Amino acid sequence: MTGPVWRPFGADAVLVEFALPHERWSFRCPLADETVVGARTVLLRFDARRYRVADLRAAAHLVPSDAARPPRSHTIAVTYDGPDLVAVADAGGMSAAEYIRRHTRAEYRAEFCGFAPGFAYLSGLDPALASPRRANPRPRVPPGSLAVAGPYCAVYPSASPGGWNLLGTTTTRLFDPAAADVALIRPGDTVRFEALS
Amino acid sequence: MTVVVAATGVWSCLQDRGRPGWATAGVGRSGAFDLPAAQLANRLVGNDEDAAVIETVGGGLRLRLTAPAVLAVTGAGGPVTLAGRPVGRNAPVAAPAGTDLTVGTPTAGLRSYVAVRGGIAVAPVLGSRSWDSLGRLGPAPLAPADRLPVGPVPAATPVVSHAPVPPMAAADLAVTPGPRADWFTAEAWTTLVRAEWRVLPTSDRVGVRLSGPALPRAAAVAGRELPPEPMVRGAVQVPPDGQPIILGPDHPTTGGYPVLAVVSAPGMARCAQLTPGDTVRLHAILGAGR
Repeated sequence: MTGPVWRPFGADAVLVEFALPHERWSFRCPLADETVVGARTVLLRFDARRYRVADLRAAAHLVPSDAARPPRSHTIAVTYDGPDLVAVADAGGMSAAEYIRRHTRAEYRAEFCGFAPGFAYLSGLDPALASPRRANPRPRVPPGSLAVAGPYCAVYPSASPGGWNLLGTTTTRLFDPAAADVALIRPGDTVRFEALS
Repeated sequence: MTVVVAATGVWSCLQDRGRPGWATAGVGRSGAFDLPAAQLANRLVGNDEDAAVIETVGGGLRLRLTAPAVLAVTGAGGPVTLAGRPVGRNAPVAAPAGTDLTVGTPTAGLRSYVAVRGGIAVAPVLGSRSWDSLGRLGPAPLAPADRLPVGPVPAATPVVSHAPVPPMAAADLAVTPGPRADWFTAEAWTTLVRAEWRVLPTSDRVGVRLSGPALPRAAAVAGRELPPEPMVRGAVQVPPDGQPIILGPDHPTTGGYPVLAVVSAPGMARCAQLTPGDTVRLHAILGAGR
């Protein structure tokens, strides 16, 4: 298989970088112990006593898109009452109602997880709704907060410090270590938001 | 039987091998920072190597035993006492009921590991009893008067009376080039492996922060931002200020700073013992250079 760039990452991991990021969803390497998705990359962890990077390269392939795991779709109900909603809408030159209308119109895609357990970075944000991170992060963002920063939106699964702009809150649980699927949103899934009045 | 935490010391938590396999859900691996020391402590008391142990920073941890127990303390160097009398590190210690085991202030290193025969048997989270300080997952850090349940005594009996552990060597960590070494100038690599670095007090289980000469980025990537990519323990991330951070066991699962180098597994065990103010060097292995 040619195309992606293979970058060694320590003795037992390799970072595979894709020119076409959507290939992350159909990329498979059966010799890897663990596959972790990034924004443009996939990390493969492997048993260095058994395999070398060359073995992983030889075994890696792209599956046809209809054979890839079908992405799941989620609709998350949100109360758009966040402390930054008005300021972010103002910055975009629109009313809060218009901001909400546009935000609930889009379909988002989970690109990768990070920052906290169950925290998925969602792409697909209307560029007019984008806003930079806050200059001063909040020491505590409440769990279930829907937030935007840069080109992404996300829901904070648990209380944590955070620098994103808060649009509202959901009661949907994003992370539950006791559940069969610990993270509601997995990389590749699609997400829509629905405004509660 | 239970172990009662009479005093936590500077900071103590439970750790085992960690929580591999959940990174795609944003859950990090965590696990004992000085993994060989945690495994040695378990072997000395006849436990499975991956049983949960106490990881304690600095000195002051005091444990009260409600029943006769066998324990071992490994990791940093320094005094350990049982009922006020000195006992050895890196050796099983038979403690009568009602006695206190105290880990004194280390004379070398930072993190000590206390294994109890049977293992600490709190409820696991996602298959691990490790506290993840970044993800805030797993059994909470120890607090005074905590009662820690101990698991059933394993079939294996301790067969080693003392494990010779060499004195802690000067910190000289082996590194290989990282996946984004090409984001840096050739001088950055040379500086990384030649300079003497100082460990900053902001270091913790998430990352060991170093201070030294700046590691400049290549002109070709000026103004570029790296789309976030998965991280591993030992990754040497370099933020825009040019000061490297060696990612520890509780590192974020993805990060947006380019990784110039990766510290080897033995290097990371040594890294776990670095104390703020220590000096540390890095050296290239395995056809390194660029």
